[in-house]
Amino acid sequence: MKRRTFSLSRRQFVVGSTAAGLTLGFGVPLPGRQAHAQPAFPDEINAWVVVRPDEQVVIRIARSEMGQGTLTGLAQLVAEELECDWGNVTTEYPSPATNLERGRVWQSFATGGSRGIRESHDYVRRGGAAAREMLITAAAAQWQVAPAACRAENGVIHGPNGKRTTFGKVAAAAAQLDVPETVTLKDPKNWKIIGKPVKRLDTDDKLTGKQMYGADVRLPGMLNAAIKQCPVFGGTLVSFDDAKVRLLPGVKKVVAVENAVAVVAERWWQAKTALDQLPITWDEGENAGASSAATAEILTAGLDADDAFVGNQAGDAAAAIKSAAKHVSAVYGYPHQNHATMEPMNATARWTEDRCEVWCPTQNGEGALASTAEAAGLPPQQCEVYKTLLGGGFGRRGAGDYIRQAVLIAQHFPGTPVKLLWTREEDMQHGFFHPLTQAKLTAGLDAKRNIAGFRVRISGQSILAGLMPDRLAGGNGDPVTFQCYAPSGEHALAYDFADVLVDHAMRNPPVRPGFWRGVNANQNTFYTESFIDELAHAAGRDPLEFRLAHMSKHPNNAAVLKAVADRVGWGSPAPAGVFRGLAQCTAFASHIAACAEVSVTNGALKIHRIVAATDCGYAVNPQQIEAQVEGSFVYGLSAALYGECTVKDGRIEQDNFHTYPVMRLAEMPKVETIVMPSGGFWGGVGEPTIAVAAPAVMNAIFAATGKRVRTLPLKHHDLTA
Amino acid sequence: MKTLNVNGKAVIVDADPTTPLLWVLREHLELTGAKYGCGIALCGACTVHVNGNAIRSCVLPLSAVADTDAVVTIEGLSNDGSHPVQNAWRELDVPQCGYCQTGMVMAAAALLAKNPIPSDADIDREMTNICRCGTYQRVRAGIHMAAANRKGGAA
Repeated sequence: MKRRTFSLSRRQFVVGSTAAGLTLGFGVPLPGRQAHAQPAFPDEINAWVVVRPDEQVVIRIARSEMGQGTLTGLAQLVAEELECDWGNVTTEYPSPATNLERGRVWQSFATGGSRGIRESHDYVRRGGAAAREMLITAAAAQWQVAPAACRAENGVIHGPNGKRTTFGKVAAAAAQLDVPETVTLKDPKNWKIIGKPVKRLDTDDKLTGKQMYGADVRLPGMLNAAIKQCPVFGGTLVSFDDAKVRLLPGVKKVVAVENAVAVVAERWWQAKTALDQLPITWDEGENAGASSAATAEILTAGLDADDAFVGNQAGDAAAAIKSAAKHVSAVYGYPHQNHATMEPMNATARWTEDRCEVWCPTQNGEGALASTAEAAGLPPQQCEVYKTLLGGGFGRRGAGDYIRQAVLIAQHFPGTPVKLLWTREEDMQHGFFHPLTQAKLTAGLDAKRNIAGFRVRISGQSILAGLMPDRLAGGNGDPVTFQCYAPSGEHALAYDFADVLVDHAMRNPPVRPGFWRGVNANQNTFYTESFIDELAHAAGRDPLEFRLAHMSKHPNNAAVLKAVADRVGWGSPAPAGVFRGLAQCTAFASHIAACAEVSVTNGALKIHRIVAATDCGYAVNPQQIEAQVEGSFVYGLSAALYGECTVKDGRIEQDNFHTYPVMRLAEMPKVETIVMPSGGFWGGVGEPTIAVAAPAVMNAIFAATGKRVRTLPLKHHDLTA
Repeated sequence: MKTLNVNGKAVIVDADPTTPLLWVLREHLELTGAKYGCGIALCGACTVHVNGNAIRSCVLPLSAVADTDAVVTIEGLSNDGSHPVQNAWRELDVPQCGYCQTGMVMAAAALLAKNPIPSDADIDREMTNICRCGTYQRVRAGIHMAAANRKGGAA
């Protein structure tokens, strides 16, 4: 049977569906410490804290846990002010629909940009402090004493004359009280839980197979779907012939899903097997001929084009360079990357004409609810999203594409849950890719061999233009493109250049861009820190001394850079055959530096050791910061050494880990992390270190070989002498 | 219908003989600890033990598994999560997102069963599972810790 593509009308599927009884939230029982939250208003002290009679403290976490440790870190912040016993703490996710219903009492659910802690530290601590005050007030009322005469410590409330009670005993009374509007937060010097390397709260079930990810969701009567999307970006579905597959075992239906086809079957393996045999005709559209080579020419032309958005301008860079004694210029490039989360995209949806529920791993619960509502054709008040733990996010799971698809498929089976799971191949070829850019950097060196004028032209893709064009800053281009080149702030260019110009010729290839862990800090720090190394070499100066000479206005950056230099022994020779490279930046409001030690033998690179320092202001959990730094080198160096997604005939060429290789255990260098919080600010941790991974290693390779790697990945460069 | 020996129990499965063991475990036996990551035996998220060997179950067809083969999944590695590898992983907070870790734990347990005190070079050679969070440094430390604890426990 031939079918034409059609746009799904919700009405076509409204056939006697019964929605009664589905208005109650139905949660997958997620074992362990991050069970679903169903709003248990009666026993909550306030929105953030539930205290049970058995002294269990449940802390509500709005942001998504995807490995970065935010669940534990945010719980530490609340627990610190709450003065509870850390050993009694468990966590739960409030649901996005409940957040909507309660006037966004938990504020943002968005989990990206290393913002989980740095954006919500104040209000979650206030939530903990308010709950503590309410517990104290309840105890004081029972004792008929003034609350000010009581104090809470470790889950116990102490009153005058040795009076003593526990949180659990007064919780019910405290829950009846009004939430105080003003509370005083602790002085950081009195913190007892914040700053301690406590264990993660979510480990046990990950070691036994009990932990349920989105891909593991299992609901009564659930069907399973496999999907194939038009391989060319922007292409559309013309037709498919389901005669061959509709009678295969378990197959229920073959459905069109916008630019894709899905097979729905009893089991996913049956759906996937049938889909592999399904003849599909695509209209590949206007991008059918797109290629990486053609795009590269457009970007290269952009390096000298007249149209550009200015991201940072001070003094007169052109004049300063022109009058300098010596000029250095170089062109760099960075390829597309795929997030390649270990858990491929998936979502489970159950749709009826007046209710739609989705179970999914998402970095943005509220965005997922909006995607669900839009796809379901229902107001968000009639939808619900149950967040599962994420098998990796890295920015990919901020998007709602896979949620939309699951809902559109479930509309064919009113009342029956359907789980959509992408294959690795779909996941690899239909990502939101780390944007493609090139950059031309030019600088002068004055008579004292200092930098005189610093000029950067970025040419290439804008994430915001691709994903949220309404957020392009009023004709001033995409501020994300200028991460690590900003004049000040969380992504400030961490050097003192009196004469600087950084601008961006926007050139958007037909590959959808996305927020890839580290975002444009990665490309831009690779460019800057490699080029600074070139300048140091051209100036005949030591790369550490040269950098520090241009960092007087960036003392935090200088401090982390000196810390890694000290630890690695920069001033003394490296072991025979080992060479060092440095990099530093400010990203996501943290100050980062790294020193890599490498050797190159017969063209083969070995990264022996990396020392990295992080000043994130306040360090909530030092051992989890170390974990993020260690992992950042794996993620960043996977991209630097191997990662690239290329386009041929309008489609991504890489489709699995053989064509998109990533770093494995044997290649991982020893990473030594220096956590050096200087206090007074809150910086991100999950992303910034990725930015220094590539330039630190590439600069060490230059020291070892004299070969300057200006385009990634490294695998295309011959390092033999 | 086919009989399998999974986690010490005989189970009967009604699945096409070409179905990979991974999907038999996940969809027929509701053992979802073994994960789908790549489908072509490159990432190791699907690692289980077959007769003590670490096997990538996503490419092993049901037809290749005999009823005499002992299949052990993460759910059957220990009764209470107290295998030395699980203990070490807990002690060192190895997992981040954790999706690859069931396979990682199974690979490490199989390595230690054959090689009780592996060197770094042994670990490099045998531990080829992919972790995108980048937990490798703690995986290595965890294997050394588990080896030391096993040795202590046996003595």
